[in-house]
Amino acid sequence: MRTRHRYRSVALAVAWRNLHNVFTNPALLLPSLIFPLFFLVAFAGGLSAISKAPNFHFPSGYTAFQFVFVLLQSAAFGGVFTGFSVAADFEHGFGRRLLLAAPNRSGIVAGYLLAALTRALFSGSVVFAAALIGGMQVDGGGIDLLGLVGLALVVNAAAALWAVGIALRFRSIQAGPFMQIPVFLILFTAPVYVPLDLLSGWIKAVASVNPMTALFEAGRGFISGAPTEVLLAFAAALGLTILFAVWAFRGLRAAEAAG
Amino acid sequence: MNTALATQIGQLARRSIVRTMRQPAQIVPALVFPLFLLAVNAGGLNQATKLPGFPTDSYLTFALAITFMQGAMFALMNAGTDLANDVETGFLNRLALTPLRGSALLTGMLSGVVVLGFIQAITYLLVGVTAGAHIAAGVGGVLTIFALTFLMTLGFGALGSAAALRTGSGEAVQGLFPLFFVLLFLSSMSLPRNLIQADWFREVATWNPVSYLIEAIRSLLITGWDGEALALGFAVAASLIVVGTVLASLALRTRLVRT
Repeated sequence: MRTRHRYRSVALAVAWRNLHNVFTNPALLLPSLIFPLFFLVAFAGGLSAISKAPNFHFPSGYTAFQFVFVLLQSAAFGGVFTGFSVAADFEHGFGRRLLLAAPNRSGIVAGYLLAALTRALFSGSVVFAAALIGGMQVDGGGIDLLGLVGLALVVNAAAALWAVGIALRFRSIQAGPFMQIPVFLILFTAPVYVPLDLLSGWIKAVASVNPMTALFEAGRGFISGAPTEVLLAFAAALGLTILFAVWAFRGLRAAEAAG
Repeated sequence: MNTALATQIGQLARRSIVRTMRQPAQIVPALVFPLFLLAVNAGGLNQATKLPGFPTDSYLTFALAITFMQGAMFALMNAGTDLANDVETGFLNRLALTPLRGSALLTGMLSGVVVLGFIQAITYLLVGVTAGAHIAAGVGGVLTIFALTFLMTLGFGALGSAAALRTGSGEAVQGLFPLFFVLLFLSSMSLPRNLIQADWFREVATWNPVSYLIEAIRSLLITGWDGEALALGFAVAASLIVVGTVLASLALRTRLVRT
C-alpha cells in the first residue's frame, strides 16, 4: 500500500512538473500544436485532388482521411517531445536530483508517460477542432471515435516510452535525432497519402510490413464508421508499447548505474 | 577586382569550403533527407499521375524538382549556422580588426554552401535518373538546372547569412527552418497549381515564390523548354539574391563595427 502510494506520488509530481513546464512555455507548447495543424492544412488542403484518382474510395472525404494520419502523427511526436523533456532534465542536472529524491524511481518513467498522454489529449483535441472547422466529415459514432482516441493514446505511449528510453541512456538533448528519425521513418513509410492498395513500388512493400499501416487503416475505419483491422492495430500498438516499456525501464536502470 | 579583394575572398572561400566538407552533419542530411522524401512521395503519390491534366505519367520526375528546392533550404540553414557560429565564437570580432571588406566576407562565406549545392544537385539528378526520372530538356536542361540551383543556393544562403548576422545566434537560424518548410509545403510542390482543388491553397501557392522555383526546374524535367516558367524561376532566384545580400549587408554594418 505504502509502495503504491510512493509510486503514485512520484508519478504525479513528475507529470505535474512536466505539464507545468510545457503549458507555461510557448516554445515547448507551440511546436507540438503547429506542426500537426500545418500538416493537416498542407495535406488535406493541398492534396485533396488525390481523392479523385481512380480506385480511391474513402466516403468520409480526404480531410478525414488525412486527419487520422495527422492525429496519430501528433500523438507520436507528442511522445517524442516528452523524450526531449527527459533529456533536457538530465542535461541540466535535474534528472540526477530526481533519481536521488524519488522513493520509487519507476514512478519517474510513469510520470513522464502520464505527461505525454495528457499532452497528446490536448494536441489531439486542438487538431480535431481544427479539422472540424475545416469541414471534416465524421461518419463514425461515439464508440468509433473512442476507438480512434484509444489508438492515438497507445501510439503516444509507445513513442514516449521509445523516446524516454533513448533519453535515459544518452541523458543529453543531442540524442534528439535518435528519438525523432525512427518515428519519422515509420510514419512516412506507411500509407500517408493514399490507401495501401494504391501505393506502388518499394513503398508498398515497406508499408505492407509496417505496423503503422494497420494503425492508419484502423483509424480511418473508425472515422468513417466502418471499423477494420481493429484487433491487428491494437495488438501492434500494444505490442510496441510493451516492448518500449521494457526499453524505457532498462534505460532507467542505465541512468541509475551512470549515477 | 583588385588583388587584395581576390585574396580576401579566396582565403575565406577556402575556409568555408573546408569547413563545410569537414561537417558530415551538414552534408548527410542535405543529401539524404530530400532523397528520402522523394522516394516516399514518388511511391505514395504516384496515383496523382492518373488525375486528368497531370503533366506526366511519372510522379518521380514530377517530384524530382522538389529535391533541389529542399537542397537550397539546407543552404540557408548551413550558411546561417556557420556564420552564427563565427559570431558566437568571436571570429567575426577578430575579423573586424583586419582590413577585410564586407563583400569579401559574404562572398567567401557562401562558397561552402555553393560547393555543397553542386554536390547536392549532381546527387539528386544521378539518383533521380537512375530511379527512372526523365529530363525532357536534355543536356542543356541539366546545365540550366545547375545554373538555377547555383542561384537558389546563393539566394537562400544569403538569407541565412542575413539571419545569422542579424541575430548572432545559431539557434535563431535553426528556428527559421520550420518557416521555410511551411513555404515549401504551401507551394505547388505536390500537385500542379491548376489541379489544386482548395481555392485558398491555390491562391497561397500562386503568391508563394517557392512555387516558381520548383516549376522552373520541373518544366525542364517534364516539358522541355518553357520560357515563361524559366524566366519566372530565374527572376525569383535573382530577387532572393538581391534581397538576401541587401539584408546581409545591412546586418553586417552593425555586426562588423570597427572601433
